[in-house]
Amino acid sequence: MVDIETYIKDNVALIVINGDVDASSSIYLDESLNNQLTKKEYNVVVDCSELHYISSAGLGVFMSYIEEFKGTNQKFVLFGLSKKVRNVFEMLGLDQLMTLVETKEEALVFVNEN
Amino acid sequence: MAWLSLSVVDITNQFSAGNNIDSGFHDRLPNFLFLIYVIALFTFYKARVAVADRLNLIELLWRIFVTGMLTTVVSLGIRSLDLVFGGTQLIKNVLVVDFLFLINLGLLTAFLIATFVVWKRLILYQKNKRLLVSWSIFEYILFGSILLDFAYIPGKEYFQIIVVAMGLIVSVNMKWVAFLSFKQKWKSILLLLLTLLYLIYFYMNLASYRNSYEFLSILSNSMFIRSAFVFTSSYAIFSLLVIVFNLPTTSVFEQKLKEVVNFQRISQSIQTEKNEEQVLEILLESAVRTVEATAAWIEVKSTDKLFLDKISADKVHSVKSDFSAAGLSFRQKIQSNENKKTGVYGKVRVEEYRSVAYFPIWVNDVQEGMLYLLKDVRDGFSKELLEIIETFTNQAGISIANFRMLNEAIATERYKEELKIAKQVQAKLLPVALASNNHFNISSFTMAADEVGGDYYDSYKISESKTALIIADVSGKGTSAAFHMAQMKGVFLALSQMDVSPTEFVERSNLAISLGLDKTSFVTISYFVIDTTFKTIVFARAGHVPSIYYSASEKTASYFKNKGLGLGIIRSANFKEHVQQTSITYQPGDVLVLYTDGITEAQNKHQEEFGYDRLLRLVEEHSTKDDSIIQEKIIEAVYAFCDNELLEDDYSLVVVKFK
Repeated sequence: MVDIETYIKDNVALIVINGDVDASSSIYLDESLNNQLTKKEYNVVVDCSELHYISSAGLGVFMSYIEEFKGTNQKFVLFGLSKKVRNVFEMLGLDQLMTLVETKEEALVFVNEN
Repeated sequence: MAWLSLSVVDITNQFSAGNNIDSGFHDRLPNFLFLIYVIALFTFYKARVAVADRLNLIELLWRIFVTGMLTTVVSLGIRSLDLVFGGTQLIKNVLVVDFLFLINLGLLTAFLIATFVVWKRLILYQKNKRLLVSWSIFEYILFGSILLDFAYIPGKEYFQIIVVAMGLIVSVNMKWVAFLSFKQKWKSILLLLLTLLYLIYFYMNLASYRNSYEFLSILSNSMFIRSAFVFTSSYAIFSLLVIVFNLPTTSVFEQKLKEVVNFQRISQSIQTEKNEEQVLEILLESAVRTVEATAAWIEVKSTDKLFLDKISADKVHSVKSDFSAAGLSFRQKIQSNENKKTGVYGKVRVEEYRSVAYFPIWVNDVQEGMLYLLKDVRDGFSKELLEIIETFTNQAGISIANFRMLNEAIATERYKEELKIAKQVQAKLLPVALASNNHFNISSFTMAADEVGGDYYDSYKISESKTALIIADVSGKGTSAAFHMAQMKGVFLALSQMDVSPTEFVERSNLAISLGLDKTSFVTISYFVIDTTFKTIVFARAGHVPSIYYSASEKTASYFKNKGLGLGIIRSANFKEHVQQTSITYQPGDVLVLYTDGITEAQNKHQEEFGYDRLLRLVEEHSTKDDSIIQEKIIEAVYAFCDNELLEDDYSLVVVKFK
């Protein structure tokens, strides 16, 4: 099960994932990301520090938004990935295509760069 | 047949009656013939009633009435003959009088037996064992009384009393009365009165014969006829009284019966050909009928759909807005307990409506809709009826829940069937054996989880010295995964025989496979080309879990950590920037291990993953053994780690051992 909350502050939509993102719960992740994509107003920062497991379906959701957010000029950054989760991203090569940082501060810095 | 026997017996009776006076023949012959006559009639009517098994109660009474009318009319005809020829010598003839009397007696017997058979049906309308036993005792002694007529036996009168008493005991059973509707009861009263009238007529008729003529056949004193007469008439009187007293309560009984029927309709509406809407329609109709509502509707929350009865959709909206504006001036819950699910009723003053009741329709603890009932009189709903509507509503909820469950079960069944097909397809896509030669041996193992996954591995002999090897994992499960896996196999067979480099293979297959993938799906592969002439392995990784290579000379195993990107993630030409091609030289005794993430992500009951380290150590430990042994040992270890529980994902393993 997963619990996904979105907090809006300034120009940032902070999406906090708590739990596992598998085939069934990935639809909630898709929902919250799609929400931001249609609003086009905020940069998207995803807090993965409480993301314990991600299946290929979850990776598929992240992957599908890389190009989408580029198209709307919304910055898209993930932070706080555990070693295990980060490894999964790297294995698939997603680290080459999206920004993965350690802390929330780094993420906010990235968002506020030009 | 029966009529034939009747006429035959009648003629014989006449004949024997004549003999009675001549005193020539055996004087018990008339009794014997009478017995045959009774039995014939009894079987005849019994057969008629049995054929009409599905007759309703009124029709049974109607039959008696018709038989009674026929017999009375014939009897009256004889009487009128008597009047016309009254005083003539002919009518004074003993033989003729006796003959006429016998005909009358015969008619009475026919009528009595017809009535008797019908009464039997009525008494045994709702039978139980005790009733059946007492009825058969009664029947036996009644027919036994015919035999008693044969001779004079002392104490015969007492026996008569027993028969009559027995008749009265069984006469108490008149449950059938309760099942008559109001109209049917009136009809029954009329028919019973007429039946009684016939009986009285026959009684008077025969009595007058007996008074006028002293010399009649001994049958005139038959105990059987007397007993049957008493029984039929007393049952008729009893039934009449019971029906009369039952008349005022009939409407209540009918109401209850209607409720039961409505209840049944709701429960039965879960049959597959009915749908949820029909369940709601039946609920609405039954509720309106039960409380005689002036107007009613059901609103379905999820779809905003309205089911209307005697009210238009516009009016529903105006009435509802008035509800919220004026509020209900008085409201009370139908169930007094804390049950939140109960309906509410109260007074209201909207348009012409003065009282309202509404009931939430619950399906599996979710409120699916609301049933509204309106009446144009104040306090129009009685609490008892509202409780019944509440049970209707609950039943409708259960029916809908059952209906959904049934549909889900069907859908699951269909899905399972689909998975079975997908599994079969997937199994056929995997090779039976991989290409081994005198430079290396390959062993493989795969196991699909409950759901169909998308693990794929294959080999292709490009030339005498070159062999292509692939392992792939399609994201997602089910039929779509199997479908993508089939595409991957096609791409592999097409590209590998063109002898392309691993980078080119990955790049081209990305272009090819991306077109068929939806935006959240991807395929990870590792592609190897083994060249036995130069003893090299050239490979590229596209997002797949890194393969393990054991070097026999260094005695260590390690992962191929080259850069890679899964197929289908980016669909542009710059894909190759994210992929790296590596080439190594192999030595005899080296081991190459390909696998899918089902192995490294296999979990034990403490949610621990099997992991990369464990796999690496296993390869090192068993590296000197044959490829098939290495493969077996790894699978055994994974199983042991998971306590032999079923794995959630598919997992595949390919072991290449170089000679």
